[in-house]
Amino acid sequence: MAQSLDDISRQLKKRHRKSKHMKWLSMSALIAAAAFLVLFLVDMVVKGLPAFQQAYIQVEVDYSERASELPLAAVEADVRELVSRGYLRLIPNRMEADPDLLGTQRMEWVLADDAVDQHLKGRDTRLKDKQIAVIERLVEQGNAELRFNTVFFTNGDSKLPEMAGLASAAVGSVLVLIVTLAFAFPVGVMTAVYLEEFAPDNRFTRFLEININNLAAIPSILFGLLGLAIFINFFGTPRSSALAGGLTLGLMTLPIIIITARAALRAVPDSIRQAAFGVGATRWQAVRDHVLPLSMPGILTGSIIGMAQALGETAPLIIIGMIAYIPDAPGSFTEAATVLPAQIFTWAGMPESAYVERTAAGIIVLLSVLITLNATAVYLRKKFERRW
Amino acid sequence: MQTDQILMMFFAGVLLLGALGFFLGRGKAARTRAGGTHMHSQPDQYAWFAVLSSAGPALIVAFFSAIVLGVFENAFPGWLAVAGALGLGAFGLFVGLNRIRPELKARDSLEQAVKWTLLSAASISILTTFGILFSILFEAIRFFQMESFWYFITGTNWAPGDSFLEAAGRGEGAEGPSGNFGAVSLFAGTFMITAIAMLVAVPIGVSAAIYMAEYAPEHVRTVAKPVLEVLAGIPTVVYGFFAAITVAPLIVSAADSVGLDASFNNALAPGIVMGIMIIPFISSLSDDVITSVPNAMRQGSLALGTTRNETIRFVVLPAALPGIISATLLGVSRALGETMIVVMAAGMRPNLTGNPLEDMTTVTVSIVSSLTGDNEFESAATLSAFALGLMLFAITLALNSVSVMMIRRFREKYAINDL
Repeated sequence: MAQSLDDISRQLKKRHRKSKHMKWLSMSALIAAAAFLVLFLVDMVVKGLPAFQQAYIQVEVDYSERASELPLAAVEADVRELVSRGYLRLIPNRMEADPDLLGTQRMEWVLADDAVDQHLKGRDTRLKDKQIAVIERLVEQGNAELRFNTVFFTNGDSKLPEMAGLASAAVGSVLVLIVTLAFAFPVGVMTAVYLEEFAPDNRFTRFLEININNLAAIPSILFGLLGLAIFINFFGTPRSSALAGGLTLGLMTLPIIIITARAALRAVPDSIRQAAFGVGATRWQAVRDHVLPLSMPGILTGSIIGMAQALGETAPLIIIGMIAYIPDAPGSFTEAATVLPAQIFTWAGMPESAYVERTAAGIIVLLSVLITLNATAVYLRKKFERRW
Repeated sequence: MQTDQILMMFFAGVLLLGALGFFLGRGKAARTRAGGTHMHSQPDQYAWFAVLSSAGPALIVAFFSAIVLGVFENAFPGWLAVAGALGLGAFGLFVGLNRIRPELKARDSLEQAVKWTLLSAASISILTTFGILFSILFEAIRFFQMESFWYFITGTNWAPGDSFLEAAGRGEGAEGPSGNFGAVSLFAGTFMITAIAMLVAVPIGVSAAIYMAEYAPEHVRTVAKPVLEVLAGIPTVVYGFFAAITVAPLIVSAADSVGLDASFNNALAPGIVMGIMIIPFISSLSDDVITSVPNAMRQGSLALGTTRNETIRFVVLPAALPGIISATLLGVSRALGETMIVVMAAGMRPNLTGNPLEDMTTVTVSIVSSLTGDNEFESAATLSAFALGLMLFAITLALNSVSVMMIRRFREKYAINDL
């Protein structure tokens, strides 16, 4: 059946319309992904920003004889529940450290209980009406205020939300990353150099390559099982220690570093190697003096990206016990430690609303560090990238 | 003596040996050369030769004794190993220095040593794979000696706690001796959440890739790529918090408003958030594949008068299909092994159901909960984690292999080298 030109042009219009729809449809997918990201970031910032402020109240502290034994007696009964228990608990220590305090009374700004903090931030709390009245009085007199939350950055974990901070987890993360880098960087670069510069094309080399690609795709939790079985049960590395965690994460980041380092080595043109061989250099001399220095920016970029990934990893560390309660920063690689994401995980499981806020604030801190790391990597790549 | 003291002593000794080797070796070589003799290599190369012949044997002996000490605890005292290693190092130093002569090819030996060092570093990644495989396998075998393998892969009752009670003689005994470790309900939960994740990730990821590869102007690409990379770089613990605190309550209230009853640990929240996490993996690999479909195919198709849409649908996508499937399989394998999102947002109760609004648990959640509990390591409840890990390893390995095979087929068909 013959079609009229009208039919065909109608069909054509329809086809072009369809084509346009497809464009918009595929674009909306990209917009959806970006919208998720924005929604997520806004959600975290809204939830986390309040945690950067912390309520303090000014109360009269009575350093009496009785207070050194029963710290609760140091403040008046009506504000007793409003002052952080962590502050009260330290009063005897302070009196011991400074004997002159005994018998003095003075107004002091002290850390408030998390309930006061949450109340001032406009959330429902377990406070009784009487206590709320006291808080309102304090606010009117200018004796209660929200200040920048330094505790969050200087304290370790605590069972009291107002005393809980990131410091010990941050130290733990740094220790873990040092071990990870010290292990994964040399081994990864050496593997990459072997595969790119030395390896003959044989079955073993091909097996090695397949194996590295597979390793990159193995779920991270299985590295935790490996760490538990090999480092902790077999070699007797202390459980929960930065050493065990760092080695486990090192094995996990190894494939990333190898793959990026290989790409960087491959980007160095062969003429460089030929020139080196031409003046009588051995393979190792050519690599050490020419190929490696030229590919270093690329290798460093890959390593930073690998480190960023290790910094955000939690699952394998949970398996080897790095979610222990660590109030004080670890002093060595073999002490029990926790890391930033594990700290976030622990706080996320706490029921108090003050912890929800701190979890989100911890996430903001973690994301800022990660973004800084990745931005550094991108900057390095841009700055030292060389087109041959 | 403390382990770290012994280690300190050993490393100090090795450093000392190495330094001695370096300076004595270089001194000897330099003196020989100053005497007018022609030497095969440079003095520094003789120096490094001496270092290798002293520190090398010491390190190798120390490495193997550390492994032996790891297998058999207290087979011999630690100081003995250190003394042996350092003694051999000293002997090596003596031999090495003696061997420094003009005709010694120190440069070639150095080259060989470097090559072997690099090779042994490269072997670490192979050791890691086998380490994962065997460490999981051995513990899993111990588990299957205690519990039935058949029930593990076909049974539906997952109750590690009951096995403890039974071992203590307090179990109700209703399920019999091997009835507490049926992993089917765990895998059902895992597959349900994975399926939800893929329902989110595949359409969005592939569409975004099509847009980026076929439609987007250059400046959109330069913005969109990093945005997707940020999505990929967000730690999973953060996604887990987002799923548990923000998405799950939203889903509960949405279900409420249409009269459905949803649990706060419903499978939908972790599934959707996991899908968002996987979008960038799928989109970036699909993008690479679509852009590497040869342009001649597009030109040929357009020359026949097809619209852009038809070219993409009937020419580009079919050509890129193996790559897209490969990306999807990688995404599935990532979703199966994802831990933090489900630990934080999914339930703890094994639940064999088709309703995504109910709470259900997954393989990875069970691994975490059995290893963070206060059970004894030797108990079946703890070892079950390794049996589950073995399953996870096998499944993800198979998925990855198929994925690699698909991408290789795509590459060979269109003779593309840089993928």
